[in-house]
Amino acid sequence: MADHDDEAPATGSAVEKSEPQKISAGTAVIPTDPFENPGEPPHRLRITDKDPAEEKKAARQVSTLFFLSIIFSCLAVAAYIAFPIKEGDTGSIRLNNLFLGLGIALGLLSIGIGAVHWSKTLMPAQEITEMRHLTKGSDATRAKAAEVFELGNKESGFGRRSLIRNSLIGAMVAFVLPGVVIFRDLGPKVDPNVVLRHTLWKKGMHLTIDPTGTRIKASDVTLGSAFHVIPESLLKSDDLLEEKAKAAVLLMRLNPDDLHEPKGRENWQYNGIVAYSKICTHVGCPVALYEQQTHHLLCPCHQSTFDVTENCKVIFGPASRPLPQLPITVDADGYLVAQSDFHEPVGPSFWERDR
Amino acid sequence: MISHKTASSSGRSAKKSKRSGRRSPLATVSLIVVGLLTTGGAYALFTSTATADTNTASSTSQSQVNEGKKLFAANCATCHGMAASGSSAGPSLIGVGSAAVDFQVGTGRMPLAADGPQAEQKPVQFTNSQTQAMAAYIASLGTGPSEPASKYLKADGNAAKGAELFRINCAMCHNVAGAGGALTEGKFAPSLKGVSSKHIYEAMLTGPQNMPVFNDLNIKPQEKADIITYLKYLEKNPSPGGFQLGDLGPVSEGLFIWIFGLGAIVAVTVWLTARSN
Amino acid sequence: MGAAANYIDERTSISGLVKEVGRKIFPDHWSFMLGEVALYSFVVILLSGTFLTFFFQPSMAEVTYQGSYVPLKGIDMSAAMQSTLNISFDIRGGLLFRQIHHWAALLFIAAIGLHMLRIYFTGAFRKPRELNWFIGFVLFILALAEGFTGYSLPDDLLSGNGLRIIDGMVKGIPVIGVWISYLLFGGEFPGTAIVSRLYSLHIMLLPALLIAMLGAHLLLLVINKHTQWAGPGKTNDNVVGVPVMPVFAAKAGGFFFIVFGVIVLIASLFTINPIWNYGPYDPSPVSAGTQPDWYIGFADGALRLAPPHWEVVWGGYTVSFNILVPIVVLVGLLGTVAFYPFIEGWITGDKREHHILDRPRNAPTRTAVGAALMTLYAALWGAASSDLMATHFKLSIDQVIHVMQFLTVIGPFIAFWITKRVCLGLQKKDREIALHGHESGRIVRLPGGEYIEVHTPLTEYERWTLVSFNEYEPLMVRPNERGVVTPLERIRASISGFFFEDRISPVTKAEIEASHHESHGAIEEGSGGH
Repeated sequence: MADHDDEAPATGSAVEKSEPQKISAGTAVIPTDPFENPGEPPHRLRITDKDPAEEKKAARQVSTLFFLSIIFSCLAVAAYIAFPIKEGDTGSIRLNNLFLGLGIALGLLSIGIGAVHWSKTLMPAQEITEMRHLTKGSDATRAKAAEVFELGNKESGFGRRSLIRNSLIGAMVAFVLPGVVIFRDLGPKVDPNVVLRHTLWKKGMHLTIDPTGTRIKASDVTLGSAFHVIPESLLKSDDLLEEKAKAAVLLMRLNPDDLHEPKGRENWQYNGIVAYSKICTHVGCPVALYEQQTHHLLCPCHQSTFDVTENCKVIFGPASRPLPQLPITVDADGYLVAQSDFHEPVGPSFWERDR
Repeated sequence: MISHKTASSSGRSAKKSKRSGRRSPLATVSLIVVGLLTTGGAYALFTSTATADTNTASSTSQSQVNEGKKLFAANCATCHGMAASGSSAGPSLIGVGSAAVDFQVGTGRMPLAADGPQAEQKPVQFTNSQTQAMAAYIASLGTGPSEPASKYLKADGNAAKGAELFRINCAMCHNVAGAGGALTEGKFAPSLKGVSSKHIYEAMLTGPQNMPVFNDLNIKPQEKADIITYLKYLEKNPSPGGFQLGDLGPVSEGLFIWIFGLGAIVAVTVWLTARSN
Repeated sequence: MGAAANYIDERTSISGLVKEVGRKIFPDHWSFMLGEVALYSFVVILLSGTFLTFFFQPSMAEVTYQGSYVPLKGIDMSAAMQSTLNISFDIRGGLLFRQIHHWAALLFIAAIGLHMLRIYFTGAFRKPRELNWFIGFVLFILALAEGFTGYSLPDDLLSGNGLRIIDGMVKGIPVIGVWISYLLFGGEFPGTAIVSRLYSLHIMLLPALLIAMLGAHLLLLVINKHTQWAGPGKTNDNVVGVPVMPVFAAKAGGFFFIVFGVIVLIASLFTINPIWNYGPYDPSPVSAGTQPDWYIGFADGALRLAPPHWEVVWGGYTVSFNILVPIVVLVGLLGTVAFYPFIEGWITGDKREHHILDRPRNAPTRTAVGAALMTLYAALWGAASSDLMATHFKLSIDQVIHVMQFLTVIGPFIAFWITKRVCLGLQKKDREIALHGHESGRIVRLPGGEYIEVHTPLTEYERWTLVSFNEYEPLMVRPNERGVVTPLERIRASISGFFFEDRISPVTKAEIEASHHESHGAIEEGSGGH
């Protein structure tokens, strides 16, 4: 602590009036010839203080506002009854909301404005001065408090009987543990790192249209199309939303010449039809904004942009990894099916993702 | 668009069998008539089932095609080429169909005024009949999606189904309430408020600019009608909660509460603590 | 004394409390009402929230909606979403109360924010109020948590995607991330547990903590008494204002009704969170313009600003810097806010109590640091609406993000520099005014042909406000008793130098006297010429 200014008289600056005890002012500059506080400026009377007619008028205004409030509150009740909700008619809800709300709001505002008007015009305007004292207790009080602690310590032997004290501290730590452990079953027993790696997609699973579950013929996917796709077994799944959150796929058809597929994945597409996970590799929003001319995919949450022609690599935004590709082909009838599950976990990155 | 054709021809048989239950024989007749009138001869065989429903049959004539050709030469050929086969400045229009022309010209996006990230909506440059003439001319050059039948544009479908399809297929770009949204590099998905049913349908069918194509095999004509029903429902039924603040979600709500909510209340605090005279 | 009062006092000895608190003085200034706005919004939230609990079902059990909103009829959704729709469409006043609850929540946190800015920029956090600042900070964090848990309850598409983002962020935490997410959601995302868990937090744990902290906050406010602006008659040893009974009670009580009324007015006129547009949560769809409520915006914006490919695999383990760096920035920003009073107290070494507020200009470095932190916050916040800025100002979203990245990194420094210069400039101007009076706009010609402007001298009261402020000088490092300079002391000295190197001293009495002689002469000469 800066004790260099201990000798400085801690009498306070012009602002900080003198305090009886020596309290360090730190690096504050204490003026040597402080200004005198001129004291309160003279009080100015209000029109309602001077003119009894004005005072009467103000009193009338206040009571009028309070009466108005009663009327508005009654109108709100009337509106509740007079504007019932008619099934399927949003206009009736709009009227109910509007008039009920206006009645309540005006009732409240009238009380509020009335009360404030009352205090401003009719209650005394003269400001009052109250003295402050230091926040800390007086020396006597503090000594007394210290004594209480001392006595408590002595009578209990908390400081002296170290075995009791330490075992108590240990017990206090340990008693919290069950309270922490008991939260284990917030989640099921399966290791999430395993579950996150698998989706409903598997060899031969048909690609179907979300939400109808209609199978898709490869020939139906015309150039420039985008299909929002779910696995055929999804609609029968017990964990529909959990599985959909991993299995949602976007199907697009590009000119095969535009696709630059990496080695080993040339057969993951079918005649320029490609399927990519819809779940962003950043934090998991659905990436579904497909631009059919630029072949960019944009995530509307954080603007990560993926280039479909370059195997969905990230070209803008906070995502790091390309969207996982679903290998697809057609069955004997020309319907699109998956060749396998995704070859990597879909969605946001996690610690053990690459293990 | 070439692969569009091949894809649809091979997918035809399956689709036809699936739909035959719902379609009256008249529709099949009109389909053939349309095919013959618009393209003639062998092209009819390739008429995509994806574009089967159309109402242009009665309105297309040779004189219309001729007028359209003249208009095209005067207004569009600079970019799209005299034969509409495209140039470095604009894509080929052979096979884009009349729906694309009606959408692009009918919403004022074409003719293009200036280079930009995407064609902007502007005041419409042509009368309806001029647009139809150009559409007929383009349709005569090669088969493509044609304008939708009016029965799909009445907004009397299933709004709930339409809303679900809209959320899955459209909301990521156009916002759940159709208020529009941003795409990459200055492009954007426009607001759908006040857009005519026909143009909404045509946009889904043709995938203008960067919008993907939603052909009739992906979103069936009746499903498109459901989507239109939902969008029109939103237009006809304003939010029961009051003004919608542009339907832009939490950002406009946050701005509103800071500027108007807290602003009003700070104004009250100033009045509250000001000395009364 | 009425019989009722007697009855109560005989059983509670409440007369002591009334005597103690009844005539307590509260200074009157508009900026002192901001905390009250937060308090009153909170009361409105409690009232409207209680009404909502009577109808809301915190369950993710799947149901098929058969309610009255046509575009959702027959759609599968959770019971939570269905009951929220029923509140909105089938219960008279239900939509109104939902909108009151949500608008009040937005106002609550906005008022907390503005209140915190007022406390910060006036130095009201200094001794003895450092602890109360910290309690206030905890209240702010609790309010954010309340907001986020409440936003997620309807289980609609927007809030579901918000939870999806939280899940993604949690998974990005090294080592334990996946497990935390797993325990939080009761299995894989989204699971069927999260809504009821958040509901417990939202209506029990968090409000209980909030109310307890609020109690402590208000108790300390009463114990410490309110701060006041510098002014004639106001000293560090007194508090000048209006008594609780009756003036302040009437004003504050009336103000509660006004705040309540404004919230209800907004709720009856403006839609908030139209969940019927968003539809039920489904992991596949998403809406353009998916944003959190405004108060979480800065966190969402931080996520948006990370450049591509900030992820590495070290020894087979994935480290997501695209998530960790934003988290570190956010924690750093909030940590600085939480501990600022202790940092400043350590730098100045000032152990005195401070009850007179600083004008922001009179603490230029603090004000500039505040402006820098605000700029950082604003840049992160703005980034969360980058897509809307792009569409509404016809910009490219990529450019907007790049500008925001630049503002996040450089903006705080620019804001610091500009604010500090502006403060010092204003202080100089104050000095001029204190020394020479206000410019009157009246020009006179001196006999020598020189023109001067006549200055009207200040009243005593005006001058006092300008000259009475604290001044600190940079710390000189000195060896301690053992004759060594500790490294910590060196750090303290360098920060102190950074804080107080550039400073404008308040005008002294001697300076005023000197200037009076000077200007007096000049004016006399001037008037002599006429």
